[in-house]
Amino acid sequence: MITFEQVSVTYQDAAAPALSGLDLTVPEGELCLLVGPSGAGKSTLLGAVSGLVPHFTGGVLRGRVTVAGRDTRTHRPRDLADVVGTVGQDPLGHFVTDTVEDELAYGMESLGLPPEVMRRRVEETLDLLGLAELRDRPLATLSGGQQQRVAIGSVLTVQPKVLVLDEPTSALDPGAAEEVLAVLQRLVHDLGTTVLLAEHRLERVLQYADQVILLPGDGRPPVLGGPAEVMAVSPVHPPVVALGRAAGWTPLPLSVRDARRRAAPLRALLAGRTPAAAPLPSTAAAPVATVAALAVRRGAVDALRRVDLALRPGEVVALMGRNGSGKSTLLGSLVGLHAPTGGRIDVGGLTPHRVRPVQLLPLVGLVPQEPRDLLYCDTVRAECAAADQDTGSPAGTCRALVERLLPGIPGTTHPRDLSEGQRLTLALAVILTARPALILLDEPTRGLDYAAKARLVEILRELAAEGHAVLLATHDVELAAELAHRTVILAEGEIVADGPTPEVVVSSPAFAPQVAKVLNPEPWLTVSQVAAALAAPANETANETANGTANESEPEPEVAP
Amino acid sequence: MPVTPPIRHLHPGAWWLWALGLATAASRTTNPFLLLLIAAVAGFVVAARRTDAPWARAYGAFLKLGLVVLGIRMLFFVVLGGDVPGTHVLITLPQLPLPHWAQGVRIGGPITLEGLLFALYQAMMLAVLLACIGAANALANPARLLRSLPGALYEAGVAVVVALTFAPNLVADVQRLRAARRLRGRTERGARALLTVGIPVLESALERSVSLAAAMDTRGFGRTADVPAAVRRTTAALTLAGLLGVCVAVYGLLGADGTAWALPLLALGTLAAVAGLALGGRRAVRSRYRPDPWGLREWLVAGSGAAVAAVMVTLGPGYTDALNPPVVPLAVPLLPLLPALAIAVGLLPALAAPLPPRAAPPSTTARSSGPKDSR
Repeated sequence: MITFEQVSVTYQDAAAPALSGLDLTVPEGELCLLVGPSGAGKSTLLGAVSGLVPHFTGGVLRGRVTVAGRDTRTHRPRDLADVVGTVGQDPLGHFVTDTVEDELAYGMESLGLPPEVMRRRVEETLDLLGLAELRDRPLATLSGGQQQRVAIGSVLTVQPKVLVLDEPTSALDPGAAEEVLAVLQRLVHDLGTTVLLAEHRLERVLQYADQVILLPGDGRPPVLGGPAEVMAVSPVHPPVVALGRAAGWTPLPLSVRDARRRAAPLRALLAGRTPAAAPLPSTAAAPVATVAALAVRRGAVDALRRVDLALRPGEVVALMGRNGSGKSTLLGSLVGLHAPTGGRIDVGGLTPHRVRPVQLLPLVGLVPQEPRDLLYCDTVRAECAAADQDTGSPAGTCRALVERLLPGIPGTTHPRDLSEGQRLTLALAVILTARPALILLDEPTRGLDYAAKARLVEILRELAAEGHAVLLATHDVELAAELAHRTVILAEGEIVADGPTPEVVVSSPAFAPQVAKVLNPEPWLTVSQVAAALAAPANETANETANGTANESEPEPEVAP
Repeated sequence: MPVTPPIRHLHPGAWWLWALGLATAASRTTNPFLLLLIAAVAGFVVAARRTDAPWARAYGAFLKLGLVVLGIRMLFFVVLGGDVPGTHVLITLPQLPLPHWAQGVRIGGPITLEGLLFALYQAMMLAVLLACIGAANALANPARLLRSLPGALYEAGVAVVVALTFAPNLVADVQRLRAARRLRGRTERGARALLTVGIPVLESALERSVSLAAAMDTRGFGRTADVPAAVRRTTAALTLAGLLGVCVAVYGLLGADGTAWALPLLALGTLAAVAGLALGGRRAVRSRYRPDPWGLREWLVAGSGAAVAAVMVTLGPGYTDALNPPVVPLAVPLLPLLPALAIAVGLLPALAAPLPPRAAPPSTTARSSGPKDSR
């Protein structure tokens, strides 16, 4: 259905080609997963299928790409619109109209389909994606998962043979991601649609893939094959694969179910042992921030109601909950962006929304969901100088932090040219310049590959060890399991769970990490815990201190297939 | 007519015709009572038939805009005075001496009650015009109206829709970036603040536009059928000439003179433009999903607006003083019965228009909290 013959793509002003010498064939009706670190050319490959590369992006494409027999060289994206449906990461950037039903019909209108056909297909698609109740709703009022489903539906109505998706679940909470993936699987099974999907959060999608294309980056050739064979050599892999590698299972398990069926001996081996507990920060220290009976109303919505929370130095707390449960509002309230309608916030003795922002800098710092919002200079050096000036720190403080967190970035780089992970780290360095006692991060792993995520985990651990309190709002259950001492779950603006991470997440179907699901009811959360236990003799395990830096998601040396 | 109206969207064109009818009526009078009556009629219909969609909030914004216009007009009058000869001086402001070449302009000086009323009536007319336009905006989704455009104008229509969504997104971006500035401890206002926020806002607006353009391209926007060059040129010529003719004719109609030549020109221009659009439609391959039907209720709504306008225009010569009450000598304006009854016809849509479908209350899972919903 999709063929690449010796395809290379070079963008204008780029030193190296974004893709080179790519040969691949995706047969009809397969769900093909595209994996690889950031910058390996995943988006370029997807763009080449929809014709946006090179017609829309510019650059030079050598070789030949055909989709359903059409050569993208002679067909512009609009001429491929009836065979390829493209959905990006941000559904709001995709919408042309303003209500669900109109959006579903838009593509068909462009193709000039007769009204009866359009009417029928809109109804079918509403049912297929479970959107019937939302048909008259303005798009802006939908939740993230609903928006993503509408975006998929809007390209499905033209009945494309190929569906191309770029990180469709990365902005979604675990439940909404499941919704979207269930739809994709249904398309592949029932309609025979060919799906090409790029995603960083492999733990969510790997089990649905028929074929995996690995783009290792750094000019190494792509690897194609079944999910299990590719995962055996892939530097990026989900925890369940890492667990399989650690336990020496072949073939590697791809889903929690696979692993669970294989894990009986491992469970028996680990039974009675407990994971080496991470040293918990002392609870005696005075909290850096306390929130008591906090209520915040935003517009007509009670974003938070009666929230109580205390954050202590050296503690990493994960804040989880579905989209719209009030996580961002809670973070915003702690830095004074939202005035409470009830209750009290105390950050280092101050009430955040009453004081001048500059007074808050040494107390609390927030890295927003889009780290770029924090950066407004045109070089890294200028950004650092501005941060020093804003915080009244001695010149060079921020630059030194950048050197420590992000070694080897030239000061003349434009923040826009950094990768997602580098940009996040730069924003973090800017915030850290004032050495705030409390660091808040909103959805920090969105768009990060495993290597960048591992680096972030390391940095945050170091900061916690230095006595900073860290509160991170995240949908990433693996990150929370890896990093957080404590997990707080919000629902509809109320705290529904607050306790040590193992206790909170192990029993929760939505928020449990893969390892916990595999080894349930044993209280293991991460591959590094299991690996440490397997490496140590049975009687010593309980006494061993946590291995703070080992991490299952660090890229491992590639093994020859 | 059934007691409970059906639940569906009225054709947006009908709402616009109704609102334009009321606006035409308002433009024909400076009688404050009639103007208030028109505003009340529009407001009542909006209250009865508006949806809870985001664009329905436009009505409030237009009302505020009207009040601002009123305020500005009054301020200008107070500062610059008017040329209405009045005898009831309310207050005399210190007058700024101006050089002789600025004759006819005065700043400060006496303020008369007559002049004040004259300015107030004029400003009220503008405010009521705005209220009528606001009513149309609240009752009819602008995007739906553009969807009813002929195929040849479709691409221009999409450009307008994209521009319409641009503004709210820009506001959301500014709010987000202002919050981010706070996170860096910055509070300064003025040009510097605008500069630091402005450039990233423009950047993200540009990026959004590019990603939307890419999405539209992959969804088949701009697919055209092959049309001979001659047809294309004829289309362009007909459309341009037609629209130009219509513009000139409307200008003639609005002015007192030239009614003799304006009407035929209007007809000719409209004909040419329609022919041009019909020809241009050949290039478009698009079809339309569930076009809004034009039925009895649409006729009633549009007709009620047209009736109000027609009665006010025809009554004009006979009711000069009632429609445009003189301020010299000072007198309380009367409420003329016939025009008032005519305006009341504009209430018909409150009964005749179908009820708009109410969206379900936003679910609790909606991303209604958090800055992320702005992107």
